[in-house]
Amino acid sequence: MRTPLTTASGTFGYGTEYAAALDYSCLGAVTVKGIRMSPWPGNGMPRHAEVPGGLVNAIGLQGPGIDDFLAYHLPHYVDVVGSDLPMIVNIWGGSIDEYAAVAARLSDAGAPVAAIEVNVSCPNVKAGGHTFGHDPAVLAQVVKAVRAATALPLIVKLAPNVPDIVPYVRACEDGGADAIALINTIPAMVIDIERRRPVLANRTGGLSGRAVHPVAVKLVHDAYRATTLPILGMGGVYEAADAIELMLAGATAIAVGTATFTDPATAERVLGGIVEYCTRHGFSSACELTGALDG
Amino acid sequence: MGAFLENTRIVRHADAGPGYRTLVLEAPRLSAALSPGQFVHVRVPGLEASALRRPFSVFFAGEGRVELLYKVVGRGTAALATAAEGDTVDVLGPLGHGFPETCRGTPLLVGGGYGVAPLHFLAARMVQSSPAAHPILFLGGRTRDDLLALDRFAALGVEVRLATNDGSAGSKGFVTDPLDDALIEHRSKGMPFELFTCGPDGLLKAVAQRAVGTGMPGWISMDRHMVCGVGACFACIQRVKGPDGRPFNARCCVNGPVFAANDIIWDS
Ligand SMILES: Cc1cc2nc3c(=O)[nH]c(=O)nc-3n(C[C@H](O)[C@H](O)[C@H](O)COP(=O)(O)OP(=O)(O)OC[C@H]3O[C@@H](n4cnc5c(N)ncnc54)[C@H](O)[C@@H]3O)c2cc1C
Ligand SMILES: Cc1cc2nc3c(=O)[nH]c(=O)nc-3n(C[C@H](O)[C@H](O)[C@H](O)COP(=O)(O)O)c2cc1C
Ligand code: FES
Repeated sequence: MRTPLTTASGTFGYGTEYAAALDYSCLGAVTVKGIRMSPWPGNGMPRHAEVPGGLVNAIGLQGPGIDDFLAYHLPHYVDVVGSDLPMIVNIWGGSIDEYAAVAARLSDAGAPVAAIEVNVSCPNVKAGGHTFGHDPAVLAQVVKAVRAATALPLIVKLAPNVPDIVPYVRACEDGGADAIALINTIPAMVIDIERRRPVLANRTGGLSGRAVHPVAVKLVHDAYRATTLPILGMGGVYEAADAIELMLAGATAIAVGTATFTDPATAERVLGGIVEYCTRHGFSSACELTGALDG
Repeated sequence: MGAFLENTRIVRHADAGPGYRTLVLEAPRLSAALSPGQFVHVRVPGLEASALRRPFSVFFAGEGRVELLYKVVGRGTAALATAAEGDTVDVLGPLGHGFPETCRGTPLLVGGGYGVAPLHFLAARMVQSSPAAHPILFLGGRTRDDLLALDRFAALGVEVRLATNDGSAGSKGFVTDPLDDALIEHRSKGMPFELFTCGPDGLLKAVAQRAVGTGMPGWISMDRHMVCGVGACFACIQRVKGPDGRPFNARCCVNGPVFAANDIIWDS
């Protein structure tokens, strides 16, 4: 990656939507919205609620399915952005086989598809709706299946709502992951007290934005101490300081998510601030920030 | 054109009726790029730190300026209302798929509340581009206080027909009453028309039904809660018929906000 920054899946569409609002040269890669085999309609409306310090969303992983993604969204990305800026494709599925099948289809896509990010925070239909990411044994099976289906670099994106992240990190290592991403959104709920109803049609959703940042720092820190796998850190990155904090905790690269909705040029500001910080503190490159905690 | 950020400056910010404000921004790039029915996404001054942007239709764009007409309804619009002349406002646009540029027959514009905003920009463009167009505006509200921008439509020479629930201006009842009279008149004389509407969902649905029922084109501007405004997050869904006739969850911010009446699938 030419810079340590990417976009958080689901906050940057299929990579082209912000082309005139952000100077993409600040990005090392673009991570696109989660894709599964077939088109998926997502949840009912309303799908979001603004809360102090962030956003609760229940989009429900609406997406076009892998066929349309390859036939339309990928070529459109090449037209608008080019093939030089690597694309990380976020994938999900309702079964382990589906994960593997999507990964296999992406393996043949060629540039700019450069890596796969596996979202394991979606319900496992066969296991009564429990998410794949909440059982280390199932998680390892998913990672193994995807690993067997593709030679592309594999980033496994973990859920934050577990008592201890280490067994999940181990499962990623055992399954053959090349990197881990932390954090996905945190389960949350918002109630309209006047109507005495949940605000979201799905009743519950996932919290992102400023409020989740300290949670992300802690989990990246815990994971860094447990593994040598590189960590893609995300969660509430609005300013350079937020990104630097995640890097000091152990992240190698950073994704900007919810902040983009408020300021599409967030990544530009964040990169500028990282460079300034490195100069001020005598680091010759941002790579040196990873895990550089003094104490 | 893709949406870009413009750092605009407030040149005027004034009351436009009880609870309503007009905001005039110096925005040379946006003013040249916007077309009627499109919207802009405003980063609210004072809430920059983390609040989401707020979407507003374009009330007028031209001569280097972009005008918005908004109602104070919550935290974002209340904060926006306190912004002062000379302040800067970060605006993302142009956004969305607006009204068609051409119209066969009489343009019948139907608005409710702040929904009149995009209809004003549309009327201004129509009057400017084809002086023979003669759009008619049907405007409804609960009381006369909800009937906005009447002076601006008068300045454009647009005929206006009003209705209020309490009868304080125009006919007493719903705006669909004077609209239905006009539809009967047009149909009895065999005169073509197209319907353009923006306002509360109930009004949109009523106008869409009339477009579908009369077999004439109807253009419906939907107001859905938004997050990104550019098509990146899938927060702003409206169920519509796709080009292949099959239903799909369209994103109001890019596939709309203006949809053809025929395509909208209303919640039962
Ligand atoms: C395409 C489009 C054009 C619009 N044009 C105008 C206009 O010209 N004039 C005008 O006064 N208003 C317009 N609106 C509605 C306006 O965006 C909302 O009234 C405003 O966002 C409310 O913000 P708030 O913080 O004051 O209210 P709050 O209720 O406190 O907002 C809380 C949250 O809900 C969202 N939200 C609340 N109501 C709406 C709504 N009706 N639509 C979308 N998001 C909403 C906000 O973005 C925010 O995330 C438009 C909306 C859309 C989608
Ligand atoms: C609207 C929205 C949609 C998201 N969609 C996905 C998704 O499809 N797949 C995924 O792995 N994560 C998804 N996420 C999670 C983000 O990628 C990210 O992990 C999380 O929001 C934390 O980062 P942030 O606080 O910077 O947004 C989504 C987040 C938001 C706000
Ligand atoms: S508001 Fe994000 S897709 Fe429409």
